[in-house]
Amino acid sequence: MQLTPTTLAITIAAALAAPAAFADTTANWQGSLIVEGIYFDSNKDEATHAEGEEEAHEHAHLPGFPAGGHDHGFREGLHAGHIEGVVSGNISDKLKARATVGILDTEDGIETELEEAFVETQGLGKGVTVKAGRFFSDVGYLSSKHNHEWDFADTPLVYKGMFGEHTNDDGVQLSYVAPTQQFVQVGTELFKGDKFPAGNSDDTVGAATVFAKTGGDIGTDHSWQAGVGHWRADSINGREGELHEHERADGSMHSVTPSFSGKSHINSVNALYKWAPNGNAKERNLKLQAEYFQRDEAGTIAMLNTDGGIERNLNYDGKQDGYYVQGVYQFRPHWRVGLRQDKLGSDNQLTQVSGAAATEHQVEATGLATEGHTPKRNTLMVDYTPREYSRLRLQFNEDNSTPETDKQVILQYTHSFGSHGAHSF
Amino acid sequence: MKRLILAVSLLCSSALAHADLKVFACEPEWGSLAQTIGGEKVSVYNATTGLQDPHHIEGRPSLIAQVRNADLLVCTGAELEIGWLPILLQKSGNAKVQDGQPGSFMAAQQVQLLHIPVKVERSDGDVHADGNPHIQTDPRRIAQVAKALTERMAQLDSANAAHYQQGYANFNTRWQQALQGWANKTASLRGTPIVVHHKSWVYLQDWLGLQEVATLEPKPGIPPTTAHLTNVLQQLQTTPAKFVLHSAYENPRSAQWLSGKAGIPVVMLPSTVGGTPAATDLFTLFDDIIQRLTSVQG
Ligand SMILES: [Zn+2]
Repeated sequence: MQLTPTTLAITIAAALAAPAAFADTTANWQGSLIVEGIYFDSNKDEATHAEGEEEAHEHAHLPGFPAGGHDHGFREGLHAGHIEGVVSGNISDKLKARATVGILDTEDGIETELEEAFVETQGLGKGVTVKAGRFFSDVGYLSSKHNHEWDFADTPLVYKGMFGEHTNDDGVQLSYVAPTQQFVQVGTELFKGDKFPAGNSDDTVGAATVFAKTGGDIGTDHSWQAGVGHWRADSINGREGELHEHERADGSMHSVTPSFSGKSHINSVNALYKWAPNGNAKERNLKLQAEYFQRDEAGTIAMLNTDGGIERNLNYDGKQDGYYVQGVYQFRPHWRVGLRQDKLGSDNQLTQVSGAAATEHQVEATGLATEGHTPKRNTLMVDYTPREYSRLRLQFNEDNSTPETDKQVILQYTHSFGSHGAHSF
Repeated sequence: MKRLILAVSLLCSSALAHADLKVFACEPEWGSLAQTIGGEKVSVYNATTGLQDPHHIEGRPSLIAQVRNADLLVCTGAELEIGWLPILLQKSGNAKVQDGQPGSFMAAQQVQLLHIPVKVERSDGDVHADGNPHIQTDPRRIAQVAKALTERMAQLDSANAAHYQQGYANFNTRWQQALQGWANKTASLRGTPIVVHHKSWVYLQDWLGLQEVATLEPKPGIPPTTAHLTNVLQQLQTTPAKFVLHSAYENPRSAQWLSGKAGIPVVMLPSTVGGTPAATDLFTLFDDIIQRLTSVQG
């Protein structure tokens, strides 16, 4: 048996779960289903459709950022959104398990993703917690949150650009809360590393993270948390981007797919501040949060022909970064308004094997061209939560993630059936 | 190097010798009780204040750190803290205070609970399956909790068992005297019909014989609606109430509206220690509650 994080995760899970087979388990399994309805309107798609143009890319692509993160934008019109099925419970008094399945009705049909399936220790002692299986990374603040926990209908651009839709992967996490008056947590994660921005690693551990968080209160009205994270994949072997197609002068088609091999490192910082008068968030509260991510990639991009042969190799040294800042204010019970600003940047160096700079067309074919554009987005949100389990949200995006401004309107209804425990801070 | 290890181990052992029993109290009434019984042998952290709604607390980083370090968790239980305590226990990685461990003390398990529902449905609001958890408004039940808590503290910190027993004996003598005094002052309150904001006074009502005729919340945990308040107002025409009661952490608007329409006074009561400036410990808490109840009765 080859020792991969997945098999390791299963082995640890089995070892931890073994005593439960003999002990009288106090299983209290909970199930919940979170359903979402979305109405989406975008002036950009209408314009392209009106002109009868075909969409160049199936998925929205951020200029300067390598494609490959699996992310579905919203489809226009009224349709079912992201559905989540969650099952959780205790395996033994020291071990819990949770599985989350995401279902999305896309243009390509129903897509199902096993978002999470992990076991996690509870009360191991000395502040230690071990998690194994598939789970969302703790490398950032929003990285560990499910879609229905977001304060906006969509994820920040920087998450889309850095990780694709979710930060989940197969592996193990070890975390430790220090015995200090102030909250201090450190942790590390070892992942299989098959998912963007990692991919196809031959190593046992294809991606890894370390993270640290600290936080506390200031009086009864204010609380805060700050964190740093480092994500790395050092043995990426053929991470494929989007197919690039264009017509040559002689009328023949040129089709290539960029395939990156090398290393990718991400550093991040995040900060969170919450205000609630007397600590009663139910009446009024304010939540401010910001995250910054910076990625360094170095290696080779092989341009693959349709038959899989290498047409050309390019040396690639890439830097991408981005942030979002957001504030959500509950001005009266059940009602909140939110503002968010997104901004991305990139500086990608591509050179030919000869040492000469890559041509404009070569850069374009890698999917890393910026077209001289800085992706940005401004968002305004209002939501109404009559009960803890149902929420109606109206959101406006002024989306400049591509050179063409897109004014988007999103109406989102979320309802959760059953219970899945409280959300973390 | 050896000297350093020696220094560190000396430091550790001396720290252990003087270590307090670290108590994490979910609500201030239990923090106050643990402090009264334990005196200088305990250090108490109160997770909430008397002006906070214990149903709705966030599992903040500060609370995770405190649960991480606790030797004893003293909470109400009966699902009062269901929205935040489980996540603190999960994140803390502390083995001592998990459910079922000696370091987990739930006050509601030490007394007889009222209003145990036959069935629990979401449509009925925030109904607690184990019964109404707001036991701290009955001083007789606090006496029962005090006895059980003393035993638990003595079990966890057996070196100081006699100290805790002494602390309890002192407390209980004073408490029984106070109970007698409160009973004398409130005899005339028996049978008084009242309206309450949330069903958080059933144990006070049980103790003093107050008759709850209506609640401002249409269902437990569901904020008052105009339609429901109108119904309550109408109901008061046939079954009048003497006053409308809300706790320090509840928004007084609905109570004030009803008070204006029905012509009955509003009484704000501290539901726990710290709910009012006068309620500085368990004794002054009930002194203040009774002062407020008897003064409105005139
Ligand atoms: Zn949730």
